Amino acid sequence: MNGLIGKKIGMTSVYNEAGKNVPCTVVELGPCVVTQVKTGETDSYDAIQLGYGEAKEKNTSQALLGHFKNANTTPKRKVIEFRDFSDLEKSLGDTITVDEVFKEGDVVSVVGKSKGKGFQGVVKRYNFRGVGDATHGQHNRLRAPGSIGAASYPAKVFKGMRMGGRMGGDRVKITNLKVVKIFPEKNLLLVSGAIPGPKGGFVIVEK
Amino acid sequence: MNLLNFVEDQIGQEVSFPKFRSGDNITVNYKIIEGSKERIQAFKGDVIQIKGAGLGRTFTVRKMSNGIGVERIFPLNAPTIDSITINKHGKVRRARLFYQRERLGKKARIKERKFVKKS
Repeated sequence: MNGLIGKKIGMTSVYNEAGKNVPCTVVELGPCVVTQVKTGETDSYDAIQLGYGEAKEKNTSQALLGHFKNANTTPKRKVIEFRDFSDLEKSLGDTITVDEVFKEGDVVSVVGKSKGKGFQGVVKRYNFRGVGDATHGQHNRLRAPGSIGAASYPAKVFKGMRMGGRMGGDRVKITNLKVVKIFPEKNLLLVSGAIPGPKGGFVIVEK
Repeated sequence: MNLLNFVEDQIGQEVSFPKFRSGDNITVNYKIIEGSKERIQAFKGDVIQIKGAGLGRTFTVRKMSNGIGVERIFPLNAPTIDSITINKHGKVRRARLFYQRERLGKKARIKERKFVKKS
């Protein structure tokens, strides 16, 4: 699995040959800098580590500053490791652009951090149906979860019982998205469908 | 936003329809594909809503068909739209004319805007 780090730009519409509207997301992908190359001899597996997004020097730890200095690059916001880059001969400090990794028609998956929704009830969080009726004696139970278990046996609520709580802000991976178009001059990738996270949020596009 | 505009400029095709507003009476000629054949059908009515931005912009056309109100939403940038002609410019005070749904017959008429700036 190889891929690149990028930023979600926003959504748009593409009309296909049949005239159908295909919702697509624009992602700014790369250029990513190779910050470390791991090989079988040194790390017992092959991988390369990529950096993306400019970070301020004062917000970067000394350890990371040294790490970026090794690669002869500026501090980066995101540093992520990818395997299976063996077909691309890259060494420390090289940059990788979108068109080197992806081509139109590729099936990719996109990883991002979903938008935080705050404390939510079970209807929104787990798609419970709530109480179907607003009448027949229901006055404040419309979105209630109902029973959460039996009484004196087991005399406890089972772990993992779905209840209200914090929703969103999770790492989400959306698979089987198609690359519709690539604009190498602006480092942009157009992918069919929606991807997790807000506009400007970091995403990983994998192949 | 700039990058999004860039993408829309690249993938969008040039549309050269006359500019219309809510309240205008227009004819939309759109392509219908039946099997392997393609033909053009017209939909004539009043524009009651234009919404969205960029390539996702759509407009709603309402007409009376045998006494029944029919509304159709068209994407402005879809390649299935062959042409649009403006039959009459309407004089309305609102951008969204949903009040037209409750009106029938003579009441549903929209006043004509007689002096229209040439674009």
